Amino acid sequence: MRIAVASGKGGTGKTTVATSLALSLNAEAKQGLPVSVSLPPLFLDCDVEAPDAHLFLKPIFEARKEVGILIPQVNEARCMHCGKCAEVCQYHAIAVLGKQVLVFPQLCHGCGSCSWVCPEGAISETLDVIGVLERGPTPSGVDFARGVLDVGEPMAVPVIRQLKRWANPELDQIVIVDASPGTSCPVVEAVRGADFLLLVTEPTPFGLHDLKLAVEVARELQIPAGVVLNRYEGNAPDGRYSAIVEAYCRKQGLPILLRIPFEREIAEGIAQGKTLVEIHPETRLWFKRLFIQIISAVQLGEPPAIAEKRDFAGS
Amino acid sequence: MKIALTTVSPGIESAVDPRFGRGAYLLVVDTETLQWQSYPNPGASAAGGAGIQAAQFVSDQKVEAMLSGDFGPNAHTALERAGILMYVYGDSRTAQEAVYAFKAGSLRRIGGPTHAARHAEGEEIP
Repeated sequence: MRIAVASGKGGTGKTTVATSLALSLNAEAKQGLPVSVSLPPLFLDCDVEAPDAHLFLKPIFEARKEVGILIPQVNEARCMHCGKCAEVCQYHAIAVLGKQVLVFPQLCHGCGSCSWVCPEGAISETLDVIGVLERGPTPSGVDFARGVLDVGEPMAVPVIRQLKRWANPELDQIVIVDASPGTSCPVVEAVRGADFLLLVTEPTPFGLHDLKLAVEVARELQIPAGVVLNRYEGNAPDGRYSAIVEAYCRKQGLPILLRIPFEREIAEGIAQGKTLVEIHPETRLWFKRLFIQIISAVQLGEPPAIAEKRDFAGS
Repeated sequence: MKIALTTVSPGIESAVDPRFGRGAYLLVVDTETLQWQSYPNPGASAAGGAGIQAAQFVSDQKVEAMLSGDFGPNAHTALERAGILMYVYGDSRTAQEAVYAFKAGSLRRIGGPTHAARHAEGEEIP
């Protein structure tokens, strides 16, 4: 079971939800769960450009691996300057200028096409390190792994892809994937292969705008999705946007699985590096319930929630 | 001498395009005969590495000097390695004006990139 947490807009509470969900599934919390959770949940921090889940879960890293992409290395002695490598490269990471070949490693996506098309066998591939993977247990009984992209490196996807492969969860291990904000390649790579996508949003115009984009990602990848509405204001006079977000979710057939109240105490706790289940221990129950809802949605093999478009016009 | 310019439309009467990598057209001009040929810039619609693609193209055309408004670091590296001299337009508004200014020696030649990388900066292979 792999649950990915994404949002579109940044700062809506992805890590807040993902860390507390993981903590609600550790050994000490396993009573009352409908599935066996003999293994510690695996937490994957896939926000490799700015990982922050370690601030809350405080893992002790025991394993470390440098990762990168294979970039071309040209043997000038063999190169006939035919330009086939430059022609095949979709990212213009290699150029043949007269009798010279130039490689731009930071534009290279490591696909290997240039070395494959080279008729002279003049291109070999060499590892260009762009980041690191780290893994270790947390004191709270979570199996934690993260990727960290080197500062100044532009490509997050290879690090995320290799983190997912390297972490190699057990078949019956629950995996919680914390994605980066946005809806572009790094998010797609992080959530790809998930059984369920948890979309965390906030009742603001920006939150809703980006939620819509994230829903399109779920639809495209055919992953069933549900919503966590953070900073929920209920019926407060200025809570108009909560109602707007809820109306959108109803219209899209997106279940709202959890509402986290807008509360100063939560904000203060998070600023001190506490997780939601530490600030409010009773929320552990909310997260267990959330997990049970996800399990049943996935196990009942329901079509992606977004596929069923119900019309609530007028309600 | 064969030179190239970035222009907004085909032809030597066209207005200059200040962007190198994403300039709409590349105009190749023989400064002696003033014969010219316009090509759509293959870099204009590139997802990334536009300057490198444009540099590759003008290098293939065997031009000796490139006139534009703006050269990024990747484009600069590529043009420099191709041995192509780089000049910026200054006050020239049309390609024709720029060619005359170039011939009169009044265009400024640049020795480094004129703006930072849009995506990522390249490195030379050792």
